[in-house]
Amino acid sequence: MKSIRTVLTATTALCAAGSVYAADLEVTHWWTSGGEAAAVAEFAREFEAQTDNTWVDGAIAGGGGTARPVMVSRIIGGDPMGAFQFNHGRQAEELIEAGLLRDMTHVAEAEGWKDIVNPPSLLDACTVDGKIYCAPVNIHSWQWLWLSNAAFEKTNQAVPTNWDEFVAAAPALREAGITPMALGGQPWQSSGAFNVLMATLAGPDVLQQIYGDGDAEMAAGDKMTRVFQAASNMREMVQGSNVQDWNQATNLVITDQAGGQIMGDWAQGEFAVAGEVAGTDYTCLPGLGVIEVISTGGDAFYFPETGDAETEAAQDALAATLLKPNTQVAFNLKKGSLPVRSDVDLETANDCMKKGLEILGSGAIMPDVNMLNTEDTNNQLNDLFVQFFQDPSISADDAQARFVDIVASKD
Amino acid sequence: MAATRPIRLFRNISAKIAAIPMILTAMVVFVGGTAWTVTYSFTSSKLLPKAKFVGLDQYERLWNTPRWLVSLENLLIYGICMMVLSLVLGFVLAALLDQKIRFENTFRTILLYPFALSFIVTGLVWQWLLNPDFGIQSVIHRMGWTSFNFDPLYNADIVIFGVLIAGLWQGTGLVMCLMLAGLRGIDQDIWKAARVDGIPSWKTYIFIVIPMMRPVFITTLVIIASGIVRLYDLIVAQTGGGPGIASDVPAKYVYDYMFQGQNLGQGFAASTMMLLAVLVVVIPWAYLEFGGKKHV
Repeated sequence: MKSIRTVLTATTALCAAGSVYAADLEVTHWWTSGGEAAAVAEFAREFEAQTDNTWVDGAIAGGGGTARPVMVSRIIGGDPMGAFQFNHGRQAEELIEAGLLRDMTHVAEAEGWKDIVNPPSLLDACTVDGKIYCAPVNIHSWQWLWLSNAAFEKTNQAVPTNWDEFVAAAPALREAGITPMALGGQPWQSSGAFNVLMATLAGPDVLQQIYGDGDAEMAAGDKMTRVFQAASNMREMVQGSNVQDWNQATNLVITDQAGGQIMGDWAQGEFAVAGEVAGTDYTCLPGLGVIEVISTGGDAFYFPETGDAETEAAQDALAATLLKPNTQVAFNLKKGSLPVRSDVDLETANDCMKKGLEILGSGAIMPDVNMLNTEDTNNQLNDLFVQFFQDPSISADDAQARFVDIVASKD
Repeated sequence: MAATRPIRLFRNISAKIAAIPMILTAMVVFVGGTAWTVTYSFTSSKLLPKAKFVGLDQYERLWNTPRWLVSLENLLIYGICMMVLSLVLGFVLAALLDQKIRFENTFRTILLYPFALSFIVTGLVWQWLLNPDFGIQSVIHRMGWTSFNFDPLYNADIVIFGVLIAGLWQGTGLVMCLMLAGLRGIDQDIWKAARVDGIPSWKTYIFIVIPMMRPVFITTLVIIASGIVRLYDLIVAQTGGGPGIASDVPAKYVYDYMFQGQNLGQGFAASTMMLLAVLVVVIPWAYLEFGGKKHV
């Protein structure tokens, strides 16, 4: 009995001694799919290898829509984690205004983020009143059309090189029993695809003007009428894709049951896992082949105020680690996203990723919708477009009228 | 020394003390929380509650939102059908079980079993059963009737009935049990008297037994109604509100705007409207039920 007690005391002492050197840092994120989990494990490995701290993984399944409320309620409720992942942009705006997140400017200055982060708009999205509150870790872009080469071979057609050819090829696909286009039932996919049509067919400037400046006249204008026409074409093309999740929709393209899908560059992870090769099995068209442009959204880590000096030191160490060159390479190769610094070498990147890097290098970039819209506005757009794409009885004109209302009332 | 009259407040003092925590909880959590929610529904609160009042703006936006109107319509359809069908089915099943049949225990267990499942499980089970590629439709196609078409979850016009099927499957067993308990509470002499008078048994049920079962019906109605108003998990598990927004319900609208949309004000306004709707039904009923008793 006595010896057990001694052992217990000893272990307690050891634990107490251990905590002097390093902190356990709980990091919450919603990266739970195969490729995502592998990518975030790279962060954990680098963080533990380069510092003495311990990464406590706080993955929340169910995607951003489920994870964000959980994270926010923990922060507001006074039980903040060490660090958490959000998308770039306005999602964390109010948390920053309420003083719940830590100012990380000192880390950014020490590490020289101003000089290395490319494009600089990523850092701007982290900046409020001249202070930097987050560490951007990757760039994801939405403007990609993924096409199944086999589906077009089956109908003796050339693989389309742009949106119009794709639309023209749709009837033949339909006749061959192939759904021309895959679209999952989740609301964000519908509004996401529409925003891509808008950014490519009407141009990035139009999107910037409508979402950035809330220009309701532009939203009601001819350019947008054409986008809504294209969206109603798309609605006919997606009839029959009875799936919910985005990766199930991507899977329809991988298995050649659907001709193509508009989805962000994270879809290429699914193609890679299925062993497909870019160019022979599938084709990717950045900017729908209409205009070569990619948006620079992505993920960033934020650090809540904890008032605990040890945790703060660990937070600083994590922020610095996230942007180190080797961390960036290891993480982004697994995640299928682009690194936030242009001075790292992604030799093993596949063709589609290289196309993305080229466009990024040429500077043909646009802000992500998340940077321009609040979640409230995004939610309204989700409601509108998920209804529009699933219910053929809503005319393009009606949808545009509702779109104008949302733009006019946005903040 | 004359005995002082006991003060009324101190009668049953221990029982009153025991009730204090519950009373406090009810006052603070229910009444206080409700008042707070209603107050903040008049503000422009986004992610965090802020006392910046904007009058009826949130309500104006709410009633101009097609999704809210769709969700109300769905709740109305679901509510009326659920109320009527589960009462009718539950009563008929109970009446059938009451015929002193063999294996009554077995049947009762089978019928009550779905109620042991959560709405999430129920929703998932019926999502698969109603999936045209895997469920009922494909089974019947394989049996040879290929023109058979039954995919309510993928048809925006009838999706709410697909949800209703699952809801009925889950909830009818409980209604049946309550009804059966009510039927067993009816004195056998009444049946004997009715038989002596030569009244057919269906007439006995409708004109004698059902009026006598009024308290059971009211209990059942309250249970069903509360289940209808808080309809949320079944929708999330079975359809996710889809296709599009065709199977949305008010509770889901509230959750989506409060948490995902980071717009507390809008969510509060919607939940206040839900509260109002419940009060409109409950207050007249409570008045009839409890207010009238004084005169009896």
